[in-house]
Amino acid sequence: MPYQRESQRSSEAIRALIDELYHEQSRRVFATLVRLIGDFDLAEEVLQEAFAVAVEQWQRDGVPANPRAWLVSTARHKAIDSIRRRARFDKTIAEHGEMLAPGATEIEDFDEETFKDDHLRLIFTCCHPALSPNAQVALTLREVCGLTTEEIASAFLSSAVTIAQRIVRAKAKIRDARIPYEVPSREDLPERLDSVLSVIYLLFNEGYSASSGAQATRADLSGNAIHLGRVLLDLLPNPEVMGLLALMLLHESRRAARTDAAGDLILLEDQDRSLWDCEQIATGTQLVQQALAAPEFGVYTIQAAISAVHAGAASANYTNWSQIVALYDLLMRAQPSPVVELNRAVAVAMRDGPQSGLQLIDAILGRGDLADYHLAYAARADLNRRLGKRADARAAYQVALSLAKQEPERRFLQRRLRELTE
Amino acid sequence: MKFVCLGYADESKLNSMPKEQLEAAVEECLAYDDELRRGGHFAGGEALQSATNAVTLRHRGGKVDVTDGPYAETKEQLGGILILEAKDLNQAIALMSKHPGVKFGPFEIRPADEEFNKIIEARNEAAMLKRS
Repeated sequence: MPYQRESQRSSEAIRALIDELYHEQSRRVFATLVRLIGDFDLAEEVLQEAFAVAVEQWQRDGVPANPRAWLVSTARHKAIDSIRRRARFDKTIAEHGEMLAPGATEIEDFDEETFKDDHLRLIFTCCHPALSPNAQVALTLREVCGLTTEEIASAFLSSAVTIAQRIVRAKAKIRDARIPYEVPSREDLPERLDSVLSVIYLLFNEGYSASSGAQATRADLSGNAIHLGRVLLDLLPNPEVMGLLALMLLHESRRAARTDAAGDLILLEDQDRSLWDCEQIATGTQLVQQALAAPEFGVYTIQAAISAVHAGAASANYTNWSQIVALYDLLMRAQPSPVVELNRAVAVAMRDGPQSGLQLIDAILGRGDLADYHLAYAARADLNRRLGKRADARAAYQVALSLAKQEPERRFLQRRLRELTE
Repeated sequence: MKFVCLGYADESKLNSMPKEQLEAAVEECLAYDDELRRGGHFAGGEALQSATNAVTLRHRGGKVDVTDGPYAETKEQLGGILILEAKDLNQAIALMSKHPGVKFGPFEIRPADEEFNKIIEARNEAAMLKRS
């Protein structure tokens, strides 16, 4: 019996169920359809059609026993119809994924594992390193998260046409350069996973600390990134996935405390820590501990561990700065960069006093590194301010201001400058 | 599917390498090509002379301009072409990542344009028929 008669269910209840299914499962059904059909656009089209049929048919015949498999099956039949119709006009259509191959998979074979594999395939394909990072991000938001082109455009302060073009080109490259729809082999996994993690982290950062524009943060993007992190961890329990999710949760926990009512930035040391989200801190901290216990963890886990030390401290003064410096030492070994070195210098200043930090920052700038990085001058300015060297502090704040692009950051620097000239 | 792999190298670096070292490197590359052959992945290739022997043609102002040297003045120049048979881009990347040639400079992997190659193939056949 394919259907369970549930006459007691009202049509509103069925509509609500379909809405919920759409919200929670449609991208996973899509992932399976892409494998079966071998075409992103046709998969999208028949996915929408299958939901439309569901609204009509489930109200009449009841909800099927396995709604997700029903959706896949219905969409697949729609796709076969569409391909047959098109084939009459276009004899060159040859490849249709696995669907038309002899012995094509029967719906009964779709268990939870198959759906999970397909979901992973979709993520790895959208984040394939042969696509530009911009294209990876746009494609992931569109295909994995289900955002509309317009939503992606507004999140990245770009035009819908630009984003649409980027997505169309990426899909053409997947098809023409034959980027396979598969989960990478164990051998390739670490490198390919890096690419997925960096897309998720880029999304999160764009939402957490927008690179330009009027607002300091865009919560919707961060929310999507955290959701993706959770999905990925569920599909692929790997220490670095854990580390990245922890890092995002720990940063996100401070969102309410990071800006004031006027949208101005509040530095970590000045934040009202009672506004931090305890639940996110607890989950994040637990994930960090789990990741750190693994034989191999990476840079996201180390950064999450740094964030967890901050999260566990009652105030800036009570922070265990020695531990933070030690973690930055570890990070410098894993992924040396001038930005990491700058952050380490700030932590050293907190541990040993502003003069020690200042020497390290001057050494970085003296080498010619970070010459265009506003935060390097802002940090230099702040340490000079603490040392009472007002003229040096002012000069450094001025350079930082000339390089900063984000409005709330500019207002923060202007405020500091005013305080120093009063 | 065919992927054309363009191998680039810094010629001045290769020229300054000790002779034995260079020979060993070439031997290593040839040995890996054999491995590709065994797997049915080696579909052909051409080694190229130095880019200093290159000539570039450009259509300019209604006539063809001939200039000395390669098209792009970069440190790394095209040194050879390998035609790879692979089932998809991931396999092509995996196979070429292990090629010792990648140590001397980047590989660019370009999917062959199979539509256009069909046209070329048809022309080849037509020319053969004419001759026979």
